[in-house]
Amino acid sequence: MVTTLLDARRARHIAAQVPDPEMPMLTLADLGVLREVEVGEDGTVVASLTPTYSGCPAMAEMRAEVAARLTDAGYARVEIRTVLTPPWSSDWITPAGRAKLAEHGIAPPGAAPRGPVKLTLSPIRRTVACPRCGATDTEETSHFAATSCKALWRCRACREPFEYVKEI
Amino acid sequence: MSDDHVYLSLAEGHDDSDARWAFGTGFEDPLHGVDQSVPEGTDTAQLAAYCLALGDDALVSAQRLAQWCTAAPELEEEVALANIGLDLLGQTRLLYARAGQVDGTGRGEDAYAYFRGADAFRNVRLAELPNGDFAFSITRLLVLSSWRLALFERLAVTTSDPVLAAIAAKGVKELAYHRQYAAEWAVRLGDGTEESQRRMRDALAAVAPYVDELFAETGESKAEVLAVLRQVTDAAGLAWPEAAPVPGHGRDGDHTEHLAPLLTELQSVARAHPEATW
Repeated sequence: MVTTLLDARRARHIAAQVPDPEMPMLTLADLGVLREVEVGEDGTVVASLTPTYSGCPAMAEMRAEVAARLTDAGYARVEIRTVLTPPWSSDWITPAGRAKLAEHGIAPPGAAPRGPVKLTLSPIRRTVACPRCGATDTEETSHFAATSCKALWRCRACREPFEYVKEI
Repeated sequence: MSDDHVYLSLAEGHDDSDARWAFGTGFEDPLHGVDQSVPEGTDTAQLAAYCLALGDDALVSAQRLAQWCTAAPELEEEVALANIGLDLLGQTRLLYARAGQVDGTGRGEDAYAYFRGADAFRNVRLAELPNGDFAFSITRLLVLSSWRLALFERLAVTTSDPVLAAIAAKGVKELAYHRQYAAEWAVRLGDGTEESQRRMRDALAAVAPYVDELFAETGESKAEVLAVLRQVTDAAGLAWPEAAPVPGHGRDGDHTEHLAPLLTELQSVARAHPEATW
């Protein structure tokens, strides 16, 4: 039993180090897409992943990479599960993950909205600090960007465009 | 650590790189490892058909959105429309995968997407109409995303199938962004120039006859969705038009002449090379 617990901790540590294929400054643990990692009585490692967005094209690669690293680490039987519920929330990005995003010029998300989704037609005010100069005089240029999870913003102070992880 | 290093790190340690950068065939199973069991007492034929219909709505919409690539008024809008299409394609994959599990055939997403003719598709007809101008596409997106959002919010808590409920709950977050995007553009265009307002009025008139069809099976959300649409048209200085519905129903396989050519294009590569993986 104790060995299994230690083993599970080690397996989790290995899976947690896998970089996200689209934002490689983050690990899957930083991004909050790595859920449970368990080791069964027979030594099978079961790692659960959850997609950020339904259309996330990187899921297959994440699965393959986690399985490959665990196999390389000596686990003979590895099983990867997809978990859809509860759905991923940007709130699950860890404090370390947020710091790494900012360090790489991507503004981390604010708190995710909760409850029924209201349509707001007046401009939505968010305070997003520029990850380069720290100014809060920023504006959104597009709700959507190079990956599903980000929006495009620009800083009026330093005039740099930057990406912003949307809160969902 | 520079950004270059971060991205270069992805290329390391990949001698057997089969699983990388390959998102075509051979990558089926977006429900990999999800508990497949169906709750007792479920009408599996009905559940499979419903998943398929919701998947068809999303696939056909995604294809229309993708057709805006290289044709949108601005690069940002092209990125936005493609992103929305990608979300819908992701929902399609999950829904098709669930349909294949539930209907007992074990068919994968590609079988449903590429190897069915127009008669077998069950999407609502509004999704298949040609893109028209930007105002028409925005108005259609506003209607479809408002409807699907209301539907998914309901499904997430009412369906007895835990997989469909999870797919719906996940979709809600995405659809909220789609609706927000479309609503903002509808207001901007309706409240814009004389020309943009004329185009919005034409778009509303063209879309309205296909709205009744959306509520054939879920009448209870009609008032809720129409309230959202009126909120937008009010803010845009437009009126939601009353229109006689077009007879027929896409859910019965009754489609416009526009679906078959859309599918021909969508399916051409997979049908020309049915055994190919890439």
